[in-house]
Amino acid sequence: MNFIDKISSTHLDILKEIGNIGAGHAATALSIILNKKIEMRVPNVRIVTFDEMIEMAGGAENVVASVYLRIEGDAPSHMFFVLPLEQTNKYIQQMTGENVSFETLSYDDLALSALKELGNILAGSYLTSLSDFTRLHLYPSVPATSIDMVGAIISYGFIELSQFSDYVIVIDTALNETNVETVEQVDGHFFLLPDPHSFEIIFQALGVTLDE
Amino acid sequence: MNIVKAPYVIRTSGLGSCVGVVVFDQLQQIAGLAHIMLPDSSLAKNGSLSAAKYADTAVYDLVSRLVKQGARKTALKAKIAGGAQMFQFTSGSELMRIGPRNVEAVKKHLLSLRIEIVGEDVGGSSGRTIEFDPKTSILAIKTVNKGITYL
Repeated sequence: MNFIDKISSTHLDILKEIGNIGAGHAATALSIILNKKIEMRVPNVRIVTFDEMIEMAGGAENVVASVYLRIEGDAPSHMFFVLPLEQTNKYIQQMTGENVSFETLSYDDLALSALKELGNILAGSYLTSLSDFTRLHLYPSVPATSIDMVGAIISYGFIELSQFSDYVIVIDTALNETNVETVEQVDGHFFLLPDPHSFEIIFQALGVTLDE
Repeated sequence: MNIVKAPYVIRTSGLGSCVGVVVFDQLQQIAGLAHIMLPDSSLAKNGSLSAAKYADTAVYDLVSRLVKQGARKTALKAKIAGGAQMFQFTSGSELMRIGPRNVEAVKKHLLSLRIEIVGEDVGGSSGRTIEFDPKTSILAIKTVNKGITYL
């Protein structure tokens, strides 16, 4: 039997809590870096096809700035931090004091490096809180960035998974900048895609088994 | 995996390490497109997976479906695009090199079916959206950095 068939609503709730704790800390970190109020949406945990997952990220051709980290350790996973270009410009300008425009590709190494660092800090705080909560050892790789179509970026996280399943369990947490005029706007996403074997390990660490 | 006849066009969006394979019969104006995720179906850890995502199974399926719909096997040609490495790591597992491996596998299986590759845009580190028009046999490739190129 496929591992995805064993996932119950209790399991999904646990994964939701992971998204909650992780992204909550990351949102705080982002808010400190940018000196802005950042709100976090209720995490969305879904079992979806690869295509549906890409739709969640804005559609295959949607151009975004992304930071990718491979997570090694007890529960290997992929983590993506995805930001619309407009927001990326704003954030990086604030961090570096330089004018950047990711839409017209007028950015330099400093801007890219700042983006990497931003992703590093956010993913780091996500992981640390996740690690504390589950008592699992999780080590992030050096962050890698890509500014490209979201379909091309996210599908990178499907490589291992696609050997096991045509579905993916995604823990998605959206972030918003608190702003009276644009409350509905989603500014960024954290996508955590645990490897197939990692689910059992995460559930076990929290005292739940897959076979119930 | 899908088959089209003119005047319809066929496209796939946001190819990263995946490879888009277009096999077509120019005279019959019929084309098929497969979206390859992995080089080999032996990588599957579960028996009941869709054959369309592996280079070995998808290429053969594509050709047999084309022939069933009226394409002439000996007239088939191919154009391929994709197989990028979206993220650059200094060290990495074999799976990290998946783009180039997908390209190699697709070429190998096309060659074994004696299908000539008449156009390719593979590798690099950019995502691609591709669209093929069976009427003209032109493959349009869109990237974020370079705009649209035609093969």
